[in-house]
This record gives sequence, C-alpha cells and structure tokens, in this order.
Amino acid sequence: MKKSSEPFWWALFGAGGVISALFIPVILFIQGLAIPLGWIESPNYQHLYQLFGSPVTRLFLLALISLSLLHWAHRFRFTLYDGLQVKHLNVLIAIFCYGGAILGSLAAGYYLWLI
Amino acid sequence: MFKSSRFPIYYKGHPRMFVKDKPIFWWALKWVHARFIIRELTSVPVAFYAIILILQIRALSLGPEAYANFTNWLKTPLSLSLHVISFLFVIYHSVTWFNLAPKAIVIRIGKNRIPGLVITGLNYVAWAIFSVAIAWLFLNLDNLM
Amino acid sequence: MVSKITLEVFRYRPDQETQPSFDSYEVPCEKDWVILDALNYIKDQIDGTLSYRWSCRMGVCGSCGMMVNGEPVLTCATFLNKFLPGPVKIEPLEHFPVVRDLIIEMSDFIGKLQKVKPWIVRKEEKSLEDGEYIQTPEQLGDYKQYSMCINCMLCYSACPVYGLEPEFVGPAVIALAQRYNLDSRDQGKGEREEILSQDDGIWQCTFVGECSEVCPENVDPAGAIQRYKVAATNNWWKSLLMPWGKSE
Repeated sequence: MKKSSEPFWWALFGAGGVISALFIPVILFIQGLAIPLGWIESPNYQHLYQLFGSPVTRLFLLALISLSLLHWAHRFRFTLYDGLQVKHLNVLIAIFCYGGAILGSLAAGYYLWLI
Repeated sequence: MFKSSRFPIYYKGHPRMFVKDKPIFWWALKWVHARFIIRELTSVPVAFYAIILILQIRALSLGPEAYANFTNWLKTPLSLSLHVISFLFVIYHSVTWFNLAPKAIVIRIGKNRIPGLVITGLNYVAWAIFSVAIAWLFLNLDNLM
Repeated sequence: MVSKITLEVFRYRPDQETQPSFDSYEVPCEKDWVILDALNYIKDQIDGTLSYRWSCRMGVCGSCGMMVNGEPVLTCATFLNKFLPGPVKIEPLEHFPVVRDLIIEMSDFIGKLQKVKPWIVRKEEKSLEDGEYIQTPEQLGDYKQYSMCINCMLCYSACPVYGLEPEFVGPAVIALAQRYNLDSRDQGKGEREEILSQDDGIWQCTFVGECSEVCPENVDPAGAIQRYKVAATNNWWKSLLMPWGKSE
C-alpha cells in the first residue's frame, strides 16, 4: 500500500485552522484596525518589545504564524485544484504552497530569534 | 463527440455515451458553491495576516525607528482597506470553522455522544475568552510592564 | 380546473443524434403529483420513447434520482406543484455518463462500492453453538445513520470534487465503508483503509458539504468523511511515532 502523505499536511491544516480561527480576528482587529485608527492607544515600543520577546509569546507567535501559513498552503492548494482545474500543475502548486509556508515559518523563527 | 477524458473505461464498449464536462467556473454558477469557494479563500487573508505578523516582528527586532515606519504604514489607506477586508474574511473563517467542527469531532462522555451544538458552543466560548484576554492584555500592557 | 405545467426534459438518443437536446411537454399539475408522476404521464400519454429509471415510488429503492432545476433529487419524493408556474427542467444525474435520456451509467459507483467491502468482515467466524454477535443499542447507534443509504447517488451528483476527479471514491461509498468500520462486529477496518486512505480516497474531499444536504436519508456522508480523516490522521501519526504499535 502506498502511504499517502496527506494525513501529515491535513493535521497541520487542521491545527492551523483552529489556532487562526481563535486568535487572528482579535489580534488583527486590535493591531491592524483599532490602533491605526486611533480607537485605542498603542502600547509603547519598549513594552511591546518586552511582550514579544518573552519566551511564551515567542513560542505562541511561532506556532500561530507557521500553522496559519500551513493552513493556507493546504487549503489554497486544493482551492486551485478545484477552482481552476489545474491538475497538470500539481507538483508545482504543492511546492509553491508548502514551500512558501515553510519559508515563512523559517523567517518568523529567525526574526523571533532576533528579538 | 467526447471531449472529456472522464471514465475512459466506458468508451471501449459504449462509444455513444454522453458525458458533460465540468465548466471551469462551476463554482460561480451556484450560490452554495460560491460560498464554498469563499470559505476556502479565507485562507488567503489568514496567510496575509501571518505575513503582517512576521513584518511586525521584524520591525520590532530592528528598533524603534523601523517599528515607527511599520506602524505608519499600518495607517495608510492601502493597509487599512486590506485589514478591513481580511477582518471580514477571518471572521467568516472562524464562524464556518467552529460551525463545522462537530462534523469531524465526536466526543463521548460515558455512553452518550455530546451533541454537535455543544461542541460548537464550546468553540465559541473559547473564542470569546481568548479574544477578551488578548484585548485586555493590549489595553493594559503599559500598566503591566 | 387543473393547472398545467411545462416539463423541459433532457433527451439523448444515441442511435439518432450525437448531441442531447431538450423536449418540452405540457402536463397537468395535479396537487398530489410528484415529478415521477409527471414523467409517467408523459411516457403513457405523450411520448412513449422517453427513457428513465424508477421502481418503488416511495423513496426506498433509490433508482429515480434526477436533476430537477439543477438540483439532484429523488423524483418520487419531489412534488410537482412546488415548481409552479414552471417550466421545470429535468436532466439526468450530473457527473455520470448518459446512456439514453435520463438514464445514467453507474458502473463506476458500483465498482467503488465493492472495493470497500460493504459487508461485515470477520477474521474468524463464531461457530453456531457460540450464539449470535451481541450488540448494544449504543453500538448500533454508532453506525445506524450510515446504514440508511439507499445508493441513490444523489450525493455523487452534488459533489463537485467527484465531478472534477472521477477517481475520487466519493461520498456514499465512504459513508458505507464507515457504516461497517463503526460496527462492533466488524474486523475489516484495515482492509478498507487501504482503499480509503489513499490520495483518491478521503483526501480528495474538500468538505463542500453538499452531499449531506441532498441526501434523502440524512446519512451525512460529509460528516462520515471528516470523521474518517481524523481517525486516519491519528493512525498515521501513531504509526510514525510508534512504528512497533498495531494500527487500529
């Protein structure tokens, strides 16, 4: 029996779906809308730096970013298959999606390391 | 007569069967299918915000000046409109994700299967608790540190 | 005075034509008629050459499924007057090759169904003296919903993934495999997994969810597939982390 690699990617897709559904709306709303629009005041740089630099936050952000990207990779890959019927580009699309997500995760890890 | 490559096995003995091809934009022809594609495309704003977070962490690591540049960019109309659209999509992602969760998850207590509505409800409760906690953290960060 | 309604019926006569067409028939719209009654009226009174499948007239046999105004339905369970003032478009089930008029070729479905062994598989049979295989109501409840499937194939017509990917095992077959996987008397999980866990098995499904919407028996194939994905994923990780362990 040929072992399918799908369960691996699907598990990451599912985990990313949960973590992004729980956390992205509120973080996006506060940092991307409420603060830039002046509805609430921005915490100052030093405090944000401390917050983002704590080990717990770093681990959380790494999980949130990489799993969200892997969630996108899996879902978007199938959306392209279904939506545009580009089956002949299977391998290329998979490399683009999963590869992009892995690169993004590495970048997140690198910058979190720098903080 | 048969453009389609579907079911090649049939054509050997029955060359006269009619097969309709699926149009490329099949998902635009029915509302339920369009809604499905929208649900799947919520993954794009999810990835968009993950990239924004990477950029934010990068700006933080580079120092106050770089971070000021980043927050100034957040105030541009381009950034704000991208964030508004993404916000609507990620809300749709959360709602559809929690509503469909009981289809995949079966939890039992003793012999009884927990009803799907309870599983969905617990998801929404968790969502609310985490959202309030994070909002509280941001509002009080300057006092906490 | 009974009102009239027009049926636009898909016609394909491979002995006469190379492309399908639509024929219009005006039929009485009786209050208690279902679509199938109207088709029978056409066949008896207007055009005897119209071909379609039907049998029980009561939603049990699963042979009269067709596309009515673009939706897969059992024509014996869909009232005609719902579509007033008409016209009503009747087409063969989508995603299947058409043999003639409203009759589709279903060998693909039957072949896939056989592959997942939709029967109770035992490694060793109990002897008669040992008595029956006892099952509690809770154990029955685990799979009962999936056992309601009448093989009408509406879910295959509703599933865009099957329309795009003919190799996909498809909703009803996976639900029926789950019907036996979740049966406490069955021991064939592993054999079925070989079919279901392949790329063309459950992993093609992107959870459009329409299969469960159109199912006349509330089988919920979409739920069956997602549950199977979770189980298969657990097994996959288990066999990765504990290769010496036995997968369920």
